[in-house]
Amino acid sequence: MNAPAVFESGVLTEERPGAVRPPADLWKGKKGGLVIVECPQRIPCNPCNTSCPVGAIIAFKDINDVPAIDYPKCTGCAMCVAKCPGLACFVADLTFGDGVALMKLPYEMLPVPAKGDRVKCLGRTGDAVCDGTVENVTEPHRDRTRVVHVSIPAEKVNDVRAIRVV
Amino acid sequence: MKEYKTDVLIVGGGPAGLSAAAEAAGAGAEVMVAEGDLHLGGQLVKQSHKFFGSKDEFAGTRGFEIAKILKNEISQYGGRVKTFLDTTVSGYYPDEGAATLMTGEEEYFRVYPRKVVVASGAQERLIPFPNNDIPGVYGAGAVQTLMNVYGVVPGKRVLMIGAGNIGLIVSYQLMQAGVEVAAVVEGMPRVGGYWVHAAKIRRLGIPILLRHSVKRAIGDVFVTGAEITEVDERFNPVGSPTEIECDTICLAVGLAPSGELLWQAGCEMKYVPNLCGHVPYRDRYMRTSNRDVWMAGDVSGIEEASAAMIEGRIAGLAAAESLGYKVKAEKFEIFWARLKNLRAGEVGDKIRAGVAQVVVDGWEAK
Repeated sequence: MNAPAVFESGVLTEERPGAVRPPADLWKGKKGGLVIVECPQRIPCNPCNTSCPVGAIIAFKDINDVPAIDYPKCTGCAMCVAKCPGLACFVADLTFGDGVALMKLPYEMLPVPAKGDRVKCLGRTGDAVCDGTVENVTEPHRDRTRVVHVSIPAEKVNDVRAIRVV
Repeated sequence: MKEYKTDVLIVGGGPAGLSAAAEAAGAGAEVMVAEGDLHLGGQLVKQSHKFFGSKDEFAGTRGFEIAKILKNEISQYGGRVKTFLDTTVSGYYPDEGAATLMTGEEEYFRVYPRKVVVASGAQERLIPFPNNDIPGVYGAGAVQTLMNVYGVVPGKRVLMIGAGNIGLIVSYQLMQAGVEVAAVVEGMPRVGGYWVHAAKIRRLGIPILLRHSVKRAIGDVFVTGAEITEVDERFNPVGSPTEIECDTICLAVGLAPSGELLWQAGCEMKYVPNLCGHVPYRDRYMRTSNRDVWMAGDVSGIEEASAAMIEGRIAGLAAAESLGYKVKAEKFEIFWARLKNLRAGEVGDKIRAGVAQVVVDGWEAK
């Protein structure tokens, strides 16, 4: 399948409006990490903005706008990760360790992993990209959408988007 | 035969009907809601995913939680809203202003409503293919009912037909229930549902096969597989078919508005492909050409539940207003603005074009 067809089946193949990486300079030193939103289609939806406690997801002029981010404001708190109905928000913290990044990923499957578990980290087509270690599991809105904090090799932050408990 | 009188009869206790009931009762009208199922909420009770939209449409809240919120809202009006469960509106006779209803299979009664809001929803479409009558071939609605209402999984490995929002969401729910999804098959060159719903299941490893179609179900007494084939722009098969191993084929190939009562009420109808079937002409208040009948939700054209809830509020409020109950005119402006926002995106193009074909300036003007 060519790249446009892959995209049309729900796989991001390149950066586009609503699905861009954080600015590299700010990202590498930002404790807590920065949000990565992968929401490239105009749909009527704004909970990422309304759930953000610091205004880092810029208010929508039209509810159909794709999200735009004010990166210096983002604290990596992952409230949007837990709220987004499309599970399209992720956080990557590049300061976690030497060559190790911490990803905060939305998770609505069973079983719920526990701290210390080794899990498979999946790419955008469900391929196992690497193994990761669960560092924490939170449930920010008490609504059964968990945020799994998983440490992974730093070079995989642009690939890992889900986990599978093995 | 028992007879009842009411200000507003609402046909259907789903998102549109409950929203209509809330507004009509809020304005002071006596309301009767007839719901064919054993519980209120319609399709909302099966929706375990979080809704899109804005806070006004309960964005970020799971569908079944929204059903609870709407039920709470109508319960605050006490006796002003009477709900009849397991009750079908089997006919509407405009000359007499009578509706015939049936609770269960024994109890028949008549209702003389001053106004009617039809929020009867939609019916699933099925597609013909050889062997589609063997056990294991389901509609997506049935799969959701089994899993999310009764806690029963439909099978071990499912082939999903259709990548609209329902096909994508039900695939995700199947994964959550521990059922394997072999693939999602879609005839169009792109997913019809929200891209993020597709991304969600892709990263869990479910392939989405665009420009593919199901050719036949395989199996003697029950489904053991399916034959799928690539198709061209005209949906003609290309190349040789592939066999997929599965014990369930789930059809999520669209819905059609359930407008039978509207036909019976004499409402002017039009076939609008963008709205997925025959739908009534309506003014901005959701009033049909029959001055006593309003409608809302999927029966007015297939759309998301968030839009159905706003349409329901408009219809309920307008029906109450027509009976002389005082309503705040600015409420309509707010609801119209919300509806316009919901439909403004690229996914709303199709709906906007469809509605434009059946909206009239006002029945007086026509």
